[in-house]
Amino acid sequence: MSAHGKGHGGVGAYIGVFLTLMALTLLTVWAAYQHLGIWNTPVALGIATTKAALVALIFMHLKDSPKLTAMVVGSSLLFLAFLIFVTASDYLTRKWVPIYFR
Amino acid sequence: MSTSEPVPAVRPARPDYLNASYGVRSWLLTSDHKRIAILYLITVTFFFAIGGVAAALVRLELLTPAGDVFQAETYNKIFTTHGIMMVFFFLIPAIPAVLGNFLVPLMIGAKDLAFPRINLLSWYLLVIGGLIALWALIHGGLDTGWTFYTPYSTVYSNGWVVVTAVGIFIAGFSSILTGLNFIVTLHTMRAPGMTWTRMPLFCWGMYATAIIQILGTPVIAITLLLVGAERLFHLGIFDPAQGGDPVLFQHLFWFYSHPAVYIMILPAMAVISELVTAFSRKPIFGYKFIAGSSIAIAALSFLVWGHHMFVSGQSVYAGLVFSILSFMVAIPSAIKVFNWTATLYKGSVSYQTPLLYALGFIGLFTFGGLTGLFLASLGLDIHVHDTYFIVAHFHYIMVGGTIMAYLGGMHYWWPKISGKLYPEYWSRVSAWVIFIGFNLTFFPQFIVGYLGMPRRYHQYPEEFQVLNVMSTAGASILGIGYLIPLVYFIWSMRYGKDAADNPWGATGLEWQTPSPPPTENFVETPVVSGRPYDYATGREEVALG
Repeated sequence: MSAHGKGHGGVGAYIGVFLTLMALTLLTVWAAYQHLGIWNTPVALGIATTKAALVALIFMHLKDSPKLTAMVVGSSLLFLAFLIFVTASDYLTRKWVPIYFR
Repeated sequence: MSTSEPVPAVRPARPDYLNASYGVRSWLLTSDHKRIAILYLITVTFFFAIGGVAAALVRLELLTPAGDVFQAETYNKIFTTHGIMMVFFFLIPAIPAVLGNFLVPLMIGAKDLAFPRINLLSWYLLVIGGLIALWALIHGGLDTGWTFYTPYSTVYSNGWVVVTAVGIFIAGFSSILTGLNFIVTLHTMRAPGMTWTRMPLFCWGMYATAIIQILGTPVIAITLLLVGAERLFHLGIFDPAQGGDPVLFQHLFWFYSHPAVYIMILPAMAVISELVTAFSRKPIFGYKFIAGSSIAIAALSFLVWGHHMFVSGQSVYAGLVFSILSFMVAIPSAIKVFNWTATLYKGSVSYQTPLLYALGFIGLFTFGGLTGLFLASLGLDIHVHDTYFIVAHFHYIMVGGTIMAYLGGMHYWWPKISGKLYPEYWSRVSAWVIFIGFNLTFFPQFIVGYLGMPRRYHQYPEEFQVLNVMSTAGASILGIGYLIPLVYFIWSMRYGKDAADNPWGATGLEWQTPSPPPTENFVETPVVSGRPYDYATGREEVALG
């Protein structure tokens, strides 16, 4: 633990992240009981993404990793974006009808 | 890398990875990448045999128009067994896990892969996943096809969907870990002097494949978990009755499963690049373009999945975009084919068995690729969707492409793997038998599909019988063609002549170490000082006759 702590913000940073994660978990539970309409899913995903980012950056030391590691993570996020946006390009255009079909 | 002079085919007794230790335990607990490659070779051959038997039963049923051998449901289970075994447990692991495992460290001058124990774990995961899936397929089976389309798989099918999905899920981690191992190895363990542009094209192909394995496989793993969760807990993700969307399954499934086609074909292309240059005695034409096209194919492969969904209810505009992107994949694929052809041009071509397979690959892959352009066309795809045209197309890629390259690679590197020579006459016979059998099996399927015969039915109208008889006859020949190498490879282990260290007079670090290699691969770490494929002008005699 101490070896991990050195050079990565120390034990204090880990405790801070842990408390933040706990707080965000409580926020998730609280948000689940609110009537946010179409914002329900984005809010839940936003909190989850923030938590995942904290774990990756601090607990998994991504923040202090070489650029190659950052590139690997970045490319996986890029391909996740492909999955989401290209799939969305289908769902968001389902009602578009070509002119010659009208 | 300089070319080694061929040496006489006499091998003095010396320690190698095969005789380093003995006993089942020494194999099951090995962390030597070469031994793990052999374990994979036995494993994928076993699953190939299972898938092959299922294919034979399918063709037997289709010999006559009536459904007179199996009932419809049994037939559905048999073709599902064929698809699942061949795709997930043979084609995906075959070249990377067998040839890739054996060759990547040798080709870059390393002693092993970066994570030898994880490499062994990968093999265990494939075996466990494969046996679970096989158990499910034997104990009742499932009839969804290898694609698990919803809502049939989640709501209606009575088969062993969840257990089979668990098997594939576990095997998926084998694929991910193999990809991870290759990427880290290629980044960190190249020999001194081996820059990225001095790396053999086989390794570039493995690198591109590994990218897809790591980025794509988690998506199919989660998708199959969602199928299981919906089936067991009725979560309503894909079931429209509960507010889900079955087309979402197709998006998630094909986001992996289309790139998975490139997990199968990129390693095959990597093998062909090695074979073509070795048997042309010429440096490869357009090294950087071939290397770059592998990466381009890997990246583009993730953007074309919607061409499987033109008739699914996907939006017209999404279909248009997917169609254009699908056409774009043809560009890097064609770059490879043209560069291989240019390498052969005015080369000192030696028509030995590995090159026969490579030439078979180039022709069959080109045919499969061009018919893929038919299917990328929105209008034409609607006509041939779910017909035997599709079946013929993807078998030209997966069997005509991947398996031809796999066998070509096995013949090329068999002297290095086993330290023995295979019989040249029988190997040429097998290459021709496979090529003829393959075309007789699948070319009629293009015609019968274009005429409108749908896939996945155990009966068909009588006017399609002649073409189906041709196809079944071809499958019989193809089956014999696959048995011949199996027999003589095993035969050669005991009775074959000892192979020289470099029987082909080829370049590449793997040929500069003994056949078979010692456990540590190289006695001294090699230092690379030049470009790959630096073949001297003029024909060098090779030690095989």
